[in-house]
This record gives sequence, structure tokens and C-alpha cells, in this order.
Amino acid sequence: MELKETKRGSFSLKKINLRDYMMVFALLAIWLVFSILSKGSFTGPRNMSNLFRQATFVGILAIGMINVIILGGIDLSVGSLAALCGGVLAVLNVRLEWSIWLSVLGCVLTGVLLGLWNGWWTAYRRVPAFIVTLAGLLVYRAVLLGLISGVTVVALDEAFVYGVAVYTLPKAWGLILGGILSVVILFFQWRGRARKKVYNLEVSPFVIELLKSIAVVAITALFVFWMNEYKGIHASMFIVMVLFIVVSFIMNKTVFGRHIYAIGGNMKASRLAGINIKRTTLLVFALNGFICAVAGIFLTSRLDSASALAATSAELSAIAACVIGGTSLMGGIGKLPGALIGALVMASIENGMSLLQYPVFYHNIVQGLVLLLAVWFDVSKKSEE
Amino acid sequence: MSIVLEAKNIVKDFPGVRALDNVSFQLKTRQIHALCGENGAGKSTLINILGGVYPHASYEGELIMDGKEIILKKINDSEHLGIAVIHQELSLFKELSVTENLFMGHEIHKNGVLDWDAMYSQANEWIQKLKLDDVTPKSRVGDLGVGKQQLIEIARALRLTDVRALILDEPTASLTEKETLILIEILFQLKEEGTSIIYVSHKLDEVMRIADSVTILRDGASVGYSEISDITEQDIIRMMVGREISEMYPERDSVRTDEKILEVNNFNVYEHFTDKVIVEDASFDFKRGEILGLFGLVGAGRTELISSVFGDPTFRYEGEVIVEGEKKNIKSPYESMNMGITYCTENRKESGIIPTMDVKENISLAFLEDFKAGLAVDENKEITSANEKVKAMSIKTPSLDTQIINLSGGNQQKVLLARNLIGDVKILILDEPTRGIDIGAKQEIYVIMNELVKSGVSIIMVSSELSEVIGMCDRIVVMHRGKIRAEFDNIDKAITQETIMTSATGMERKD
Repeated sequence: MELKETKRGSFSLKKINLRDYMMVFALLAIWLVFSILSKGSFTGPRNMSNLFRQATFVGILAIGMINVIILGGIDLSVGSLAALCGGVLAVLNVRLEWSIWLSVLGCVLTGVLLGLWNGWWTAYRRVPAFIVTLAGLLVYRAVLLGLISGVTVVALDEAFVYGVAVYTLPKAWGLILGGILSVVILFFQWRGRARKKVYNLEVSPFVIELLKSIAVVAITALFVFWMNEYKGIHASMFIVMVLFIVVSFIMNKTVFGRHIYAIGGNMKASRLAGINIKRTTLLVFALNGFICAVAGIFLTSRLDSASALAATSAELSAIAACVIGGTSLMGGIGKLPGALIGALVMASIENGMSLLQYPVFYHNIVQGLVLLLAVWFDVSKKSEE
Repeated sequence: MSIVLEAKNIVKDFPGVRALDNVSFQLKTRQIHALCGENGAGKSTLINILGGVYPHASYEGELIMDGKEIILKKINDSEHLGIAVIHQELSLFKELSVTENLFMGHEIHKNGVLDWDAMYSQANEWIQKLKLDDVTPKSRVGDLGVGKQQLIEIARALRLTDVRALILDEPTASLTEKETLILIEILFQLKEEGTSIIYVSHKLDEVMRIADSVTILRDGASVGYSEISDITEQDIIRMMVGREISEMYPERDSVRTDEKILEVNNFNVYEHFTDKVIVEDASFDFKRGEILGLFGLVGAGRTELISSVFGDPTFRYEGEVIVEGEKKNIKSPYESMNMGITYCTENRKESGIIPTMDVKENISLAFLEDFKAGLAVDENKEITSANEKVKAMSIKTPSLDTQIINLSGGNQQKVLLARNLIGDVKILILDEPTRGIDIGAKQEIYVIMNELVKSGVSIIMVSSELSEVIGMCDRIVVMHRGKIRAEFDNIDKAITQETIMTSATGMERKD
């Protein structure tokens, strides 16, 4: 997850403003406060490892959600959909005794098909995404309840559950992975900068660029060492990293990704520029459905069960993560690293307050207020400009 | 003569651009003061400062009203002082009625309860004053034509009880001749009643006709001030562009062929849901290498016809479209772009630019597929091509990754042109390509059009500016009330404005 600290090389000095880094500072501030209050145990390797694991579920959902929001839509069904996908996985594997891989396939298919369903109604029947996915929120949850007949399904394939929910990478692997990651990021950063120079684009000063590189290496190293201090890098963190890299690539480097930003920025103009809005919308929802399935697999494995109440109101956490990370609900604006920071902020509050044994109702109060403050900060920054 | 409103030594910076550099400006009592300048010269910026859109702290210099310094922190402040601004882009509530629009923010009420009768009767007076024949106080503003909306917008500003300084930004850009006359009449009447007016316009004949004095801006600086009686149109143009424009329309030898590249037969356009007929039984053909003009007054159905042929689903349409001899059923812009047809919108802000993206992304958007290498967009290629276009069209931008909203209107227009030309284009549809941009930028666009035709692109130009259509087009199709009324060959540029106007207004020809 340290990727979120590292900006793509293609950033101009003007864009490196406070707003981009504000939530990173906010996150560090939150960590500092909890660390002091807990006399250091919050930032200890064990708790940090737990914290990152807790952030993964909302993090995964945010990776899908952000595309829908940038497109100018919203998906309220992701909590129910992830739970339903997890339920399908459990029912296929446990009750119907399918092999785990066939069950995973069934689960992923469910996610993609229901994502397509959401997308079809939104794109081709022109029902607002809010309504389509609100219907989904109700329907998918009810289908899940019927599917498992109200009884929690337990005991999935042991090896699979171990692999997804418990397994940690050997420590040497973690180091190698961190090394590769740093090199790749630095490569893209400096190549991007060199390229900008060739084309006479604004580049940030060498020193700032160098500081960024150092920060990348330092944070990656710190993360790996910190995780290795406890049990090592967790499989779920690995899943998030892979999803992050793939979806980042889609968003920033592909025609499809550019079209998402364009449609969110100005739909009429995008249409006249020959962008197929319906197909793009359909695919964005399908991608989100796929990611919900991944989240569902992860959730069911972690709990080793599928229940009717799993992931209730997770869609709101995912939306909050995106928004805290600077994504605009008006569409057209948003960056993936920001959304993951947002997920970490939410998880840190939850984790820290549990650690300090505050009553549970405080968690949501603080999370709600942080969301409010983050958006207020964004809005006031913008109006200054 | 006393001075009502004065701006002194104004300096205003935007990211990468100094929009106003030490500009001073005086508005005298009972005068119509014209403000001329090319796009990007700083006219809109100056107006926005006078209107309080840019708050006091965001620029240097001072504003003086009746000899006292005023500090405008928000738009309301200027309204309270009697400064009313009518912006180029309409800011009406399309879903609301004429009355609701007129009184928005200044409703007549008793203890919070609206007095509809009073408002309706006042609205009625305005409608009569503006000679808006078929409009009622309850008409939905979105149902009115652009010209009528513009007049409503003007009435809205005038309705303020004590307007001392009225600022109009390109008020006649979308008005018909008749509506323009009504507006001018109203302005003269206001002047008599003691209002001072700042009139921003590109139409110099209008400026010469109605203004008392003129200030000319160029590149953010004030380059000239004169009483209108001491200056000629040519002088103004020279000061605006800093060079002499001998010929407005560049010479070009026609490269028209006899091959029909596009044929449209019995084309009808309807409004969705209501099935109101917008274009009726339109047929025309279009030859390779030609610049075809599509002329009509506002509301004639030009844009609706051509954008429907292009596949824009805003309206329902049916009819035969033949592209390069093959019958096509175009259902979306995507399909026509695959055939090499692109469309440059008349409405930059609403359906042209992507405000959240930078210049490069705005340019490459329509033909992004062309820059694909494997799965990803090859940014190398993208930047190179965008750069070429920026240079070829001399788009003024600090860099390729400047946000497009920081560019002036004329340069945004050129970005849109670049977007529609960066791929393999056979037919380019330009809808009002020079609306609201200055003479210099206009000429640049004409030159670009001529070069395009030479390089093998055929152009359809939709326009409501007569001289432009006659100066640029090989052939002119004239529309009136949704029907094609006439077609003129203009290869020797010998058509008179009167001939075309006669068809466009639906009058019988006398000969």
C-alpha cells in the first residue's frame, strides 16, 4: 500500500500542492495521536500489520468504487454485492461441495454479471445509478438471505482460507518484492520526467523529484521491515497491491481509463467526441462487480463463513474512502492512491479507537466527522483558487 | 461630464498568464462605452472584476465609484452599488418560468410569502417592452430560443431598480437582426434615463453605431481610448490586432470536385417525447473539397439538422444519409467518426471542452485509439501529435498540461478544432466556429479552414454570420423554420447579403 505515497512521475510542481498530500499528513497525524495515546503500541509491528489487514476490505471496494464515481455515478450496492458473492462462494463450496476453484469462478461470475446488470440499467435504460444500485442494495442482500436460508455457512476449503486469510509471504520474499516495487516506481518516475523535458513540459525541480524518490524507497523499505518485524507481508495486502497496479494502469494508461475521466468531466462533449458512453458505463460497472467479487472472496475467507449481515453498509465506507482521498462526487476528478489513503484513514480510526477501548459508537462519530472535515478542506481549497 | 465608474491600474494574474497588466478604464455618466479587444485581451477579466466575480483581494489596483473607492468582495456587493453585468454565457434557470427567472433573488413578497400577481404583471410589462410576441410570464425559459433567452437575461439585470452601470458582454452574439434592434433601442432609452453602459462586442459596425466612446485592450493592456467620432472601424481593428487587416477573408482557389462525399435525403428531426418537428424534409448534397455553408437565423434548425446527421442522439431523426456513395445508418457520433466525420460544437462550454482535463488530453480525446500501443496509450505519440497541433494552430497555452479552463475562449476553440482534426478526417463539420471570438482568432480559423480544404478535408460550416458565409463558402444552403429554403452557388463570391437574408427570413423574392 505504500504505493500511495509515490506519485506518478508525470506531476508538475503546481499540482504538488497541499491538497494532494493533505490526507497523507492527516493520516500521519492520526497515527501520531493514537501512538502517543497508546504509548507506542498503535504503531507497533503487530498492530500495524492488523491495521493494514483491516483496511484491505474497504480498500478493495474503493478501488472499484472510484471508477464509478469518476464516471459521475455512484454504486450503493457494493456491500450487498460483495456479501452475495461471498455467499455464493460459500454455498457452492460447502453446501454443493464444488471444488474451491470452481466455486471461486462461480463467485467471480456472479460479481461480473450483477455488475453488468447494474451497468445495463444505468447505461441502456437510463435509470440513475443511484436508483439502480439502491435497488441492488436491497435485492442482492435479500437474495443472499434466501440463498443461505438465513443460516450462516461455515467451514470452507481449509487450504484456500489459509492462503487468503492467514498466509504471509516469507520475509525474504517481502524484501525482494519491496525492492522490485521501488525500482519499478523509480523507473517510471524518472522516465516520465525525462520525457516531459523532451517535450518541454513543466517538470518539478530536481530536488523535489529526488526527495520523492527517497520517500518512495524509504516508505517501501519501512513498510516491508515493519511487516517483517511481525509476521511478514500478508496475502491480502498482496491482493490489494496487485489490484492497485492493474486498476491504476487501466485508469491512467488506457483509452478506456481516459474515457472514464472524460465522461465524468463532460458527458455531452464526450459523446460528440465519439466516446461510446453506454459501453464505457457498462464496463465500469462490470469492473466494479468483479472487484466486489474479489472483496467477497476475501471477506468470506477472513471470516471463514458467509452470513446474511456481512459487509453491511460497506458501500458507505468505500464511498467515504474515495471522497476522503479527494475524489469528486461531481465526476471527472479522482486518484486511486488517494482512495487507498482514505481507506487507511477510516481503518486507522477504527483500529486506534478499539485499541484505546473507546465504546464502539464513538468510532462512527469520529469517522463521520473526519469525512466532513476532509471534504470541507477540499472545498475551501478549491474556492480559494 | 462626471465619471461614474473607474478602474485604476488593475493587475490580475492567472496561473501562467497575466490577464490584465496595469489597465485603467473610465465610464462617464450617460455614455455607452464600448470595450473592444481580441479574445484573451482581457475584456472578460475586466468585466468580472467590475462585477465582483473576482473578489477584491485577488487582484491589484482600485475601483472607484462616484469618486470613492469601492471594495467588491462578492457579486452581491456590485449589485447593491447598481452595477449589473450580463455575461456572455447565459445564467438562466431553464426549468423555471420567465417570471421566476426575472425575479430570482429579488422576489416580491410580503413577510416571505410571494406576491405572484405583482410579479406576473411586472413580467408582462417587460415582455411587452422587449417585444417578445409569443412569450407569456409562465413560459418555461428552456422552451424559448437562445435569442429570446438573451433578452430575458438582459431584462433580469435591468429589473434591478437603480442600475447605474450596466455591463453587457457580447449581448448580440446570438440575437437575430430584429432582436438586436430591440436591444439597441432599449439601450438608448436607458442612456436617456441616466444609466451608463459598458458594451463589449466584436461586431464593430454595432460599436460604431451605438457607442459614444471606445477603449481597446490588447494582450491584457489598454492600448487606446477615443471618442467614437474621432475613430474609424479600421483604426479599431488595427489597435486590436496590432497590425492592419487588409482582407478579412483569405484568398483561396476552390478545390471543389463533382464527387458527392455526403448526401442527405428527406431528413426529418423531431424532439424526443413531444415529437415536435424541428427539421422537415431536408435534402442536400456535399461535394468533396468543398466548403459548404449552412446559414439560417437562430432557431432555423441548422444545428439540429447537422448534429443529427452526425448521429448526436439529442433529437430523434430519420432520413437517408449517403456517405461516399454508400447508404449509412448513423446511430451515434462514434459511428460517424469511424467514417472520418467529425463535429465541432457551437457550444464550447456545454458540449465542447472537458473542464477537468488539460490541453493535451482535450486534444487527443476523440482519436485516442490512434495513439494506442498494445494495451496502453503511448504518451510519447500523444504528446508529439498534440504538440504539432498546438504549434500548427498557434494555440496560446503555457504548456500542454495546463488545464483547459485557464485558456481564453479563442484558444479553447482552437483546441476543439485540433481535437477534431488530429485523426484521419474526411468531413469536418464546424458549428459556429467563430462565435464569440475576436477578429484575429477568426482570421486564423479561416486560414486553417483553407489549408484543410487544400489538404483534402471537406468542410461544412454552420454559421449565422452572413459575411462569413459569403466570404468562406463555395456553396450556401439556407434554412428557415426547419426547412431548407434555398441553395446558392458562391464560387465567385458574388452573392449579396440581401439575397441570402431574403430566403433566411422566409420572405418572397420579388424578382
